[in-house]
Amino acid sequence: MGGATLLKETGPREVFCGLTSIVWLHRRMPDAFFLVVGSRTCAHLIQSAAGVMIFAEPRFGTAILEERDLAGLADAHEELDRVVKNLLARRPEIRTLFLVGSCPSEVIKIDLARAAERLNSQFNGKVTILNYSGSGIETTFTQGEDGALKALVPLMPKSEENQLLLAGTLANAVEDRLITIFQRLGIGKIQSFPPRQSTELPSIGPGTKVLLTQPYLTDTARELQNRGAEILKAPFPLGVQGSELWIKAATDSFGIDRSFVDSILEPLIIRARKALKPYIEQLSGKKLFLLPESQLEIPLARFLHVECGMELLEIGTPYLNREMMAQELDLLPESTRIVEGQHVEKQLDRVRAHQPDLVVCGMGLANPLEAEGISTKWSIEMVFSPIHGIDQASDLAELFSRPLHRSKLLNREPISIASN
Amino acid sequence: MELTLWTYEGPPHVGAMRIASSMEGVHYVLHAPQGDTYADLLFTMIERRGQRPPVTYTTFQARDLGGDTAELVKGHIQEAVERFQPKTLLVGESCTAELIQDQPGSLAKGMGLNIPVVSLELPAYSKKENWGAAETFYQLVRELLKETKAQEYKPGKWKEEGRRPKVNLLGPSLLGFRCRDDVLEIQKILAEHGIDVNVIAPLGASPEDLLRLVNADANVCLYPEIAESTCLWLERNFGIPFTSIVPIGIGATKDFLEELHQILLMDKLDANNEINQSRLPWYSKSVDSNYLTGKRVFIFGDGTHVLSAARIADEELGFQVVGIGTYSREMARKVRTYSKTIGLEALITNDYLEVEEAIKESAPELVLGTQMERHSAKRLGIPCAVISTPMHVQDVPARYSPQMGWEGANVIFDDWVHPLMMGLEEHLIGMFRHDFEFTDGHQSHLGQLGGHVKQQEAKSSTTIKDSENNLNENSVCWTSEGESELLKIPFFVREKVKRNTEKYAREVGCKEINGEVLLDAKAHFKA
Repeated sequence: MGGATLLKETGPREVFCGLTSIVWLHRRMPDAFFLVVGSRTCAHLIQSAAGVMIFAEPRFGTAILEERDLAGLADAHEELDRVVKNLLARRPEIRTLFLVGSCPSEVIKIDLARAAERLNSQFNGKVTILNYSGSGIETTFTQGEDGALKALVPLMPKSEENQLLLAGTLANAVEDRLITIFQRLGIGKIQSFPPRQSTELPSIGPGTKVLLTQPYLTDTARELQNRGAEILKAPFPLGVQGSELWIKAATDSFGIDRSFVDSILEPLIIRARKALKPYIEQLSGKKLFLLPESQLEIPLARFLHVECGMELLEIGTPYLNREMMAQELDLLPESTRIVEGQHVEKQLDRVRAHQPDLVVCGMGLANPLEAEGISTKWSIEMVFSPIHGIDQASDLAELFSRPLHRSKLLNREPISIASN
Repeated sequence: MELTLWTYEGPPHVGAMRIASSMEGVHYVLHAPQGDTYADLLFTMIERRGQRPPVTYTTFQARDLGGDTAELVKGHIQEAVERFQPKTLLVGESCTAELIQDQPGSLAKGMGLNIPVVSLELPAYSKKENWGAAETFYQLVRELLKETKAQEYKPGKWKEEGRRPKVNLLGPSLLGFRCRDDVLEIQKILAEHGIDVNVIAPLGASPEDLLRLVNADANVCLYPEIAESTCLWLERNFGIPFTSIVPIGIGATKDFLEELHQILLMDKLDANNEINQSRLPWYSKSVDSNYLTGKRVFIFGDGTHVLSAARIADEELGFQVVGIGTYSREMARKVRTYSKTIGLEALITNDYLEVEEAIKESAPELVLGTQMERHSAKRLGIPCAVISTPMHVQDVPARYSPQMGWEGANVIFDDWVHPLMMGLEEHLIGMFRHDFEFTDGHQSHLGQLGGHVKQQEAKSSTTIKDSENNLNENSVCWTSEGESELLKIPFFVREKVKRNTEKYAREVGCKEINGEVLLDAKAHFKA
């Protein structure tokens, strides 16, 4: 493990809760519906994080608890059954229904596991009903995906076959590209989790080797391991270096000859480095401060420092799983300041004191920092954009150089017309 | 339990945040779990605010619940007061904290802070955002004025004191619809009538300003959703009267000015001489507005804006209101009463799908609604203008664009008529698409949804299906001649005509619809 300085901070936090991951999960699996059992706040949160609603009927919704549910005038389980039946009657195309726990449902202890079991027997295989928690008292932002995937693991069929499993939601185009590369490298069977259809779950067993595409799948990884799979140790596939090491973790474990792997990857790497160059010029030497939110902060910081030459002031992370991050931490320089948890006010004091060139932060903080003259990048963009893999490295760098470029454009000296 | 896919209003604590963020020197400690901080982005993204809302979230976690959450709350309150030095502190809880019953308000009051502390109880499981905003504003005013002695209110006191009359403008807040500009417009108009503004609140007001509320000769209740409860309380306790008319539209602005003059015991005003300050009356009278006559309009939004819009549509633009409704339960009675006068049943709902159905059913040519109706209207291929919150970032324009007063009427004329112009253009495109000069790529803002598919596409889409899709003995089908006649009907009423024709055909037992049946049906439903 590298010599990063690991610090902890507690206090008021400014992060999304796990419900937010529904925003991309429901797009990944178009035959699934995410039903939050919660309050008007939950409904308002998801619609605000998702931005404008452009579809007629989304595949997520909230069963809003009302006074009578809390006062015990209505039986919460009967009410939930009613809501689920109405919903599934209206949306017959839904194959998997996730009951998603929220802060209020956790606090009043509505047993969603029991509800899922009961509803499963009622729907008799026509629809699979699962449950997980996306509550803010237990999860931050991307941990919601971890919960949803963990709930799917027991349903994965068993298989002894040797295969590679990519775990974690990727943009479809990026996923296709990564699969093509692994095929070229000679890996025969490659599957993705979550699948594009909730009913087409990949198989799992002792022959399965898992590459995590995202750094927030702690519980899912453990469950996959319990099903006999091996979790490959690698940094995450962000940037050229991270992606190369990530790919090689798989090829090594499949016993594929290194020189063959190099011969396939070499041209991709050369091309990617070429594409990266103009962005490195813009980013190199610039000071970066990452506030905690998506859990992607450490891999992003590693890419921006090692490959793009940015100076790391502080890496905030909602929580730190040292085992999961071990390979990432190894690549970071000594004395990198990593802060787990948050005291948002103190952290912003440090941002102001250090005057970074770029801050990666949540949507609530971006404009206030911009108004103070500090360029920002939304961390939520990283979970929506195709950024994984060698070929995407320059696109990833571009995301960070754009705000710097813009600030340069807007702060040019006015051109004097009377030039003589 | 109520299934909600999308909600017009947030929870009540978001309303409290709107009041805190609108004001200066107020801080809000909100006992809430992590994740509830999403509400900040409403202000920094939709309103594009350059400051964070003055809110400290306690962001408690599951592991805190076993311990002493009350100490946690007190710690956050202490820290917030030291760091932000507010002049007044609001303390409340979000939905989850309401369940664990820490009573942060009482905790704060027991801490011996040397600033006023307002404890907010906003029931998250029965109330919503606008109610929360109104209640917060009311509790804040009450707390700050609790030591202020009620003097006997004398109408026309300003005359005795030899000064100009002064009023408070109450209700404008962040995340309200065009409040920033409404306030400027109303101030300008009042100045022209020699009326001074005493306090504007909550937008831009400090706690000290609220202490001065009682010096006003009248309150102008700009947004009843937010300010009516406060106005009523000020009237009850300090005798200060308030206006009942919201000055949106020509008629309403005129009535508002006359009402205010009367309340203030000023000389009777005939505001008829003033309406020419707005171009709306003349633009509406001008000959090219003839095509606006009887345009079918559907209106949905908060109570205040819906009622104002209906009056403008009906009295000032000569539209025909074909559907009306609101998500504001608190305003339901007023909207119901009004809709009866124009022969309609008001739709009171928080379900946007129900609103979309109602739009479809009434086949309007223009939808006036919230950002959600804009999406629904886009899907249905109907022009739309946004008149009410909830709104999106594009409804917070950079330019001056009030809804109230004379300039507000100008803005409304443009905002409502421009989408219709494009609707007309859409129709013209449909009419001229057979001309050889016509370019295939020519589309108006409605894109493919405008209802004018290219002729080949229309043909190749085979026969138009029975819209009820019944394949039983009741099903009807369209002949190709019937289809082409149907395609000649303007797109915005085509669906309705189609449905009616099919209904007629079924009633008379006709299986095949040709051009004649279409005309028969038209006559039948007109009769």
